[in-house]
Amino acid sequence: MRDTLNGTSYQSGSARPSSGKVSIRNVSKIYDPEGARVVALDNFSIDFAPGDFLAIVGPSGCGKSTLLNILAGFDTLTSGEAYLDDELLASPDKPPRPGADRVVVFQQGALFPWKTVLDNVTYGLIKQGLVGRKEAEERGIAMLRSSGGLDRIAGSYPSQLSSGMQRRVEIIRALINDPKVLLLDEPFRAMDTVNKSTMHQHLLNIFRDNPKTIMFITHDLEEALYLADRVIVMTTRPGTVKLDIKVDLPRPRSREMMASHAYIALKEQTVMAVREEAQKAFERGEREMA
Amino acid sequence: MQEQASAIAVDPVAGPTTATAAPAASVHAPRRRKMTFNWRGLVSIAVFFLAWELAVRLRLPGFHELPGPITVARVLVQDFLYSPGYWESWAISFKRVLLGFLFAQILGVPLGLLLGTSRRFNAIVFPVFEMMRPIPPLAWVPLSILFWPTNEASIVFITFIGAFFIITINVYDGVKAIKKEHLWLASSLGAPRLTVFRRIIIPAVIPSIAVGMTLGIAVTWNVVIAAEMIASDSGLGRLTWEGYVSSTLPVVFVGMISIGVAGALSTWVVDVIEWRMMPWKRR
Amino acid sequence: MAAAVGELVGSGLYKTYRAKGQAPTAVLADCSFRFEAGKLSVVMGTSGCGKSTLAYILAGYQRPDRGTLTMDGAPVAAAGSDRLLVFQETALWPWMTVEENVLFGPVSRGSSRQAARPKAAELLDRFGLGDFKDKYPTQLSGGMMRRAELAQALVNNPKVMILDEPFRGLDVMTRELMQEYYLKLFEDTHLSTVFITAELEEALFLADRIYIMSDAPSRIVKIIDVDLPRPREIAVTVTRRYAELEQEALDALYAGRELEAL
Repeated sequence: MRDTLNGTSYQSGSARPSSGKVSIRNVSKIYDPEGARVVALDNFSIDFAPGDFLAIVGPSGCGKSTLLNILAGFDTLTSGEAYLDDELLASPDKPPRPGADRVVVFQQGALFPWKTVLDNVTYGLIKQGLVGRKEAEERGIAMLRSSGGLDRIAGSYPSQLSSGMQRRVEIIRALINDPKVLLLDEPFRAMDTVNKSTMHQHLLNIFRDNPKTIMFITHDLEEALYLADRVIVMTTRPGTVKLDIKVDLPRPRSREMMASHAYIALKEQTVMAVREEAQKAFERGEREMA
Repeated sequence: MQEQASAIAVDPVAGPTTATAAPAASVHAPRRRKMTFNWRGLVSIAVFFLAWELAVRLRLPGFHELPGPITVARVLVQDFLYSPGYWESWAISFKRVLLGFLFAQILGVPLGLLLGTSRRFNAIVFPVFEMMRPIPPLAWVPLSILFWPTNEASIVFITFIGAFFIITINVYDGVKAIKKEHLWLASSLGAPRLTVFRRIIIPAVIPSIAVGMTLGIAVTWNVVIAAEMIASDSGLGRLTWEGYVSSTLPVVFVGMISIGVAGALSTWVVDVIEWRMMPWKRR
Repeated sequence: MAAAVGELVGSGLYKTYRAKGQAPTAVLADCSFRFEAGKLSVVMGTSGCGKSTLAYILAGYQRPDRGTLTMDGAPVAAAGSDRLLVFQETALWPWMTVEENVLFGPVSRGSSRQAARPKAAELLDRFGLGDFKDKYPTQLSGGMMRRAELAQALVNNPKVMILDEPFRGLDVMTRELMQEYYLKLFEDTHLSTVFITAELEEALFLADRIYIMSDAPSRIVKIIDVDLPRPREIAVTVTRRYAELEQEALDALYAGRELEAL
């Protein structure tokens, strides 16, 4: 089943969601235009189709987080437009606002430490007033259960959980609001190899059961290739698209696949591109310090 | 948001890591932001004085005995600003603060260091120290008057007590807080004990000494004013008290303002000293 | 070339922490290893296993409860400048300049500043810090601080360098560059190195041999010879052999560990 928008092929059997089409057209972001004038994003354009798993990689400071913040509604843009499902999401005249249709999972724990897991998960639903408490809790328990039996920790507090479990709860909290787009900003950064791999499996399972448009920012190139349908390599500041790599590997993804020719070829392409940009960034940085 | 940003090396190229903050370092030469003057603050100060004057003029409850700001200003300029007696009070209070503070440093810093580095010394001395620490400085006044031969000595002793415990405890905590890696590395590199003490431990506690100084100077002023009111016939505290006792109330206000300015001045001096003590913290 | 020095052999090491009011935690149990001289040995495991404890014992900051540790055949215990440890967090003394930090070792052991300066300057230049010798550590970036610490250690001519997740807090690009830095240093000098990390990619990129540690109470459970060619370059991470070694290591890391029920 090929999508004509960008040619990403989808494993048959996974339904495409009906919403979550994102269009970013010539977006630029300049910080402190009267003063230091830092151009974080410069004429950045991409389109992604509903249900795409998009990974964004690039050297530090290339503007990855800025892009995510604009989409999520935490930051304004200086020029250009962003559209969600063909509706204008953000433009210089229309400051974007956070919404339940685009939910973010951050790098550090954002669970409320004084609420139980279940209360954390249902918080958004109840706050929005879409459903009553009882129904929210039922949905919460159902989602927790289907995510590897997490319903057994529904009454625990975040501090009692491992960081991996906290991450999973956060992802469920994001998904229970049925957002159109799920945004993840280096969510597994602080984890070591083994825990990270476990999280990857969980995320992919969720993606399989709950197809959504996902934008995933990371520094870990192997992680990007393992998880995503498309990997966007950004240039160093000012950030724009350097390379748009289609990851044509079959789903479900497996660890052994990382030894295949196709994977290694993709990895080489990605690694070289990121490295080139990172070298430029590093040299500029050290020059600035001296 | 990425709270880890502070633990991760601050790379000048690493751009914005929080949603709304602009990056700390920039690609291009930084241009100064225009300083915006706090007009609102100025207005609120003016309103404060206006309200005070009005409250007095309108004889609001509690205010009918009090002078307004204009009266106070007049008394300050006419009767005090050019009177040598006034400036003598300044000198006397300052001297007491300085002496008490200095003695507290001279005794407190070594005591704190010893408590932190010698387990035996700590076991013997710390219980007695901790027993006396909760006693507020002013509670020492009667004992101090009885004990010391001169009035001046008893007042300086009170200011000393005020700063002494604070300074000692801060230095002691500072020693306890030294990162073990700093000491381990020194031992690996073959540094003898005295070198470690001189080049690692002492510089490591300088920030704690600085904290002790800042807290100490504030306490010393509090204490000296009260001690003067109770036990002395000179100084800014006495001046204030006499204004009250002789019902020349503008003098009370003059006294308060003077003490406030003196305290601010002392804090500023201490800040400058601290800034010079820690060249590595300036950047 | 002179015979390489700095072989560290540990035999049956045990270490348990006993904190007041808490149950004792066994960190190392029957941990044995042989880190060969002139090789870059990488110890790998998840966070929370006894890797740092092992580092402290190797450096002499802590003593094992049981077991023996020898260097080049002779037992070692106390900390000394023959085995220097670079910690996870910087141990540079913030109140001393970079140069002062580097000179500290030689000067503390009796050398004069004059005598020690040339070597310090040479090392700092080599690490690209020549212009920064009069700056304070707080004025340096994370990567620069780490390089300064390497200079600080190397000026003492240690036989073994122990590095405990030294690049952990750095951003990814700096981290990769630091890895290349250390690799170049190692490949020039073959200074015996024990490098501890939780990142598999880092381990594969640097190591001659990877020693995989189990979770606490930890011991070395698998040894993988990394026969990738030296000098190592980034291109080696996209070769077939690299991928094979990666799988082998992941298998060992996952062995006995169940994925949480799906």
